[in-house]
Amino acid sequence: MDFSFDFSKKQLEFIEDVLTEELLSIGVQLVVLIDLAGNVIVNLDNGRCHHDVYSLAALAAANFGAVSAMANIIGEEEFSLLFHKGETDSIHFSKIGDNMLLLTIFGKDVSLGFLRLKDHEVNERIQSLLEK
Amino acid sequence: MALINPKKREVQVKIVYYGPGRGGKTTNLEYVNEKFRSRIHSEMVTVKTYDDRTLFFDFLPFDIGMVKGYTIKVQFYTVPGQVKYNATRKLVLRGVDGIVFVADSMTLRQDMNIQSLANLKENLAAFHKNIEEIPLVFQYNKRDLEKEGIPILPVDVLEKDLNAQLKAPSYTASAISGDNVVVTMKRIISMTVMSLREKLELEGSV
Ligand SMILES: Nc1nc2c(ncn2[C@@H]2O[C@H](COP(=O)(O)OP(=O)(O)OP(=O)(O)O)[C@@H](O)[C@H]2O)c(=O)[nH]1
Ligand SMILES: [Mg+2]
Repeated sequence: MDFSFDFSKKQLEFIEDVLTEELLSIGVQLVVLIDLAGNVIVNLDNGRCHHDVYSLAALAAANFGAVSAMANIIGEEEFSLLFHKGETDSIHFSKIGDNMLLLTIFGKDVSLGFLRLKDHEVNERIQSLLEK
Repeated sequence: MALINPKKREVQVKIVYYGPGRGGKTTNLEYVNEKFRSRIHSEMVTVKTYDDRTLFFDFLPFDIGMVKGYTIKVQFYTVPGQVKYNATRKLVLRGVDGIVFVADSMTLRQDMNIQSLANLKENLAAFHKNIEEIPLVFQYNKRDLEKEGIPILPVDVLEKDLNAQLKAPSYTASAISGDNVVVTMKRIISMTVMSLREKLELEGSV
């Protein structure tokens, strides 16, 4: 399905606040909210991280799409956890609503369990914003 | 759909190069990447097989400056043209705003062009999009082969095969030498941005 988003300035500010409070505060380096077409909706970092956010978004959307298509083939709706672990930094993806993805990049100092809990909070807060 | 960010006053526009395998989609983007290197602030991303065929997509972000007070960030993608990669090809089309159809002028590839265009229509329909309503430019590529003595299709045959009903703008080109690559690109950008103007005007007034 295709879709489109129109966020107001206020909504974007709200989302930035949520991401700062929930994720940057626990030591996440970079957080990017994207749509499934690979567009960047919001990106925030801790000021010490200079990754190419637009390329990351394009690849993340494609990666998520490919994994979802695999899930469908084996009869799953989707795989809820997507996580790539590196030597020092890792990437975590989670679905926000039906059409967005939250991409977080974090180091060893952040625990995966805690991050997932926080992602869950973010999801609820953004969902309730969109329902308004 | 293009993503509009009223806070940063920025618009992200997705333009996809579509067409049969080995038609020259990746070569188009490579030329643009080379030619405008000083204006592109990141590396071209390619997900390809060992023999340089596109496996998933190529991605090239390109800032074209301001329109109606918004910074326009064009994001070029290519699809994998090989028939077997339709699942990934479809994913790349998600959220597309404008399309360049790169046809291969070689006489041998006549049917592949026609099939690829039919496949494009089908894949757009899966996203509830109609090919007649989306900004589209045809590029008849590999014209340089004629002087190598390789049989190529006359332009009126290509037009009849692909563009008889759509009547979209079309250009002959040679992606490998860069001939008409930039012309094609500029045309699709201007058509796509025009189609967004109305939307931006509305946003601007809020
Ligand atoms: N002679 C000639 N060769 C070209 C031209 N454009 C591309 N080629 C060659 O055709 C081959 C395929 O080009 P690509 O750009 O990789 O084709 P593609 O459409 O991206 O192919 P897929 O990724 O498989 O879909 C390469 O060897 C190119 O060098 C052209 O204008 N003239
Ligand atoms: Mg290619």
